[in-house]
Amino acid sequence: MTGTWISTRAWLLMLPLLVVMTAVIGWPLIDTVRLSFTDAKLIGTEGGFVGVDNYARMLTGSNFQRALITTTWFAVISVAAEMVLGVLAALLLNQKFRGRTALRALMILPWALPTVVNATLWRLIYNPEYGALNAGLTQIGILDSYRSWLGEPGTALAALIVADCWKNFPLVALIALAALQAVPRDINAASIVDGAGPFNRFRFVILPYLAGPLLVALVLRTIEAFKVFDIIWVMTRGGPANSTRTLSILVYQEAFSFQRAGSGASLALIVTLLVTILAVAYAALLRKAAGAS
Amino acid sequence: MERQSPLFSVFIHASALVLAIVVLAPVAWLFIMSISPAADLSAKPLAWWPSEIDLSRYRTLLSAVENSAGAAFIASLLNSLKVAGMATLAAVVVAVPAAWAVSRTPSVSWSFYVVIATYMLPPVALAVPLYMGLAHFGLLNSVFGLALVYLTILAPFTTWLLKSGFDAIPREIESAAMIDGARLDQILRLLTLPLAAPVMATSALFAFLLAWDEFFYALLFTSDQRAKTLTVAIADLAGGRVSDYGLIATAGVLAALPPVLVGLVMQRALISGLTSGGVKG
Repeated sequence: MTGTWISTRAWLLMLPLLVVMTAVIGWPLIDTVRLSFTDAKLIGTEGGFVGVDNYARMLTGSNFQRALITTTWFAVISVAAEMVLGVLAALLLNQKFRGRTALRALMILPWALPTVVNATLWRLIYNPEYGALNAGLTQIGILDSYRSWLGEPGTALAALIVADCWKNFPLVALIALAALQAVPRDINAASIVDGAGPFNRFRFVILPYLAGPLLVALVLRTIEAFKVFDIIWVMTRGGPANSTRTLSILVYQEAFSFQRAGSGASLALIVTLLVTILAVAYAALLRKAAGAS
Repeated sequence: MERQSPLFSVFIHASALVLAIVVLAPVAWLFIMSISPAADLSAKPLAWWPSEIDLSRYRTLLSAVENSAGAAFIASLLNSLKVAGMATLAAVVVAVPAAWAVSRTPSVSWSFYVVIATYMLPPVALAVPLYMGLAHFGLLNSVFGLALVYLTILAPFTTWLLKSGFDAIPREIESAAMIDGARLDQILRLLTLPLAAPVMATSALFAFLLAWDEFFYALLFTSDQRAKTLTVAIADLAGGRVSDYGLIATAGVLAALPPVLVGLVMQRALISGLTSGGVKG
């Protein structure tokens, strides 16, 4: 069997996938690029060529700059908290205690909960009149009167981040736990015999095993957090006073609420470019880390 | 294991208790809200434990009386099942041959990485043309249209899972059969696909859950009971003027049930899938 035939056969087998991907991803992406240079409306007008007007207007607009800052805050704080909490939980779950198997199984719960259900659940918890958070904090005396956690610009983003972390840190914990279980027992034991303290043991014995899988989790979580839409839409719709309006929410409003397909498309491509830069930077980081270990 | 001091052991058990409460409490509260009488949920101070168990909301949501909250809920439940089912089926059909080809033929693997890289794309980058395209073909507010759009997520995802599945099946088995004179279609049908059946089932299950969870496209491309999915129906409930929070919680519990059960049962497969991706880098 010749190499050409094997390669042709492979392409034939991939054809259905490539056709589907071209139809639902390739073509729309190209069309988004085309639209971004027009003033097309979502319904009706085809729109004429306007050059880079959309980009110039979006990039210099205060809406974009504010949404970029909000998105960055959301992504950096929630992902950092998820990583720290996840590793701490994994270190705990790697210890011996009663009920360990059950607790490990429980960790799957927040991950399995659909994002929209999670958002709804936390919206109920934060409810200004009947929410469990207000009730609980008042009953133990931390809070004097009920607050509107999602209704005040000062607390809304933080409340969203808590809800997002709760859903996602267990996944990081499970990934870190699997990595911890790969640390050879005798190396760990030897380092104790050699007198390594807990901190040095973590730094020099355990961390090298954690670094690879955690870096992958970090990449995927950051990209997802940067694209965040669902949880914010369900909990605050970007409010109050646009204090939780992330980039994806802004694109949605521009393209669908205001039906400005052209400028919405240019904004969407700016977001895509930012995510790509993030991903490429991370990929370089991953390769460097792989080379170092 | 090193010997643990009693103090350390107390610390570990206390931390484990805190972690268990943190993870469990919100989910437990969702369930408690769903079975508490409405008066308990609006009481001040809040009743943390139901005064009596009230299952009426489950009856309401699961009864198909016309024009009731239940009819709308059941319609969205069926839409979610249809959309996720169709999208999963289509994704597996295109992904199986492609994943096998990529796994066995390194020279085409670059196209696989292009397919996987599309995972990075934010859905907003595709949403406007997809909306216009669906409108053009009359597929807005249709389960078929939404299922088609879900292929943007499901097709790369399933291909990725299946490729690592095929990688784990030694190609020597296939070469041996080929030397014995078997044709390619026989090899795939009698040898490779049966061996890959478990990983195909897992991939299909995770793809189904991914579609079950999806919200953004469903919000954009559906507008009423003919196609609206469960996630959109729940977001509507949460954002609407429903006065009984227990009803919202009940819808949440019902929507969460399938993925939570799958998550608990398939935990091992899930974690090994996650970490194999992680270890290989």
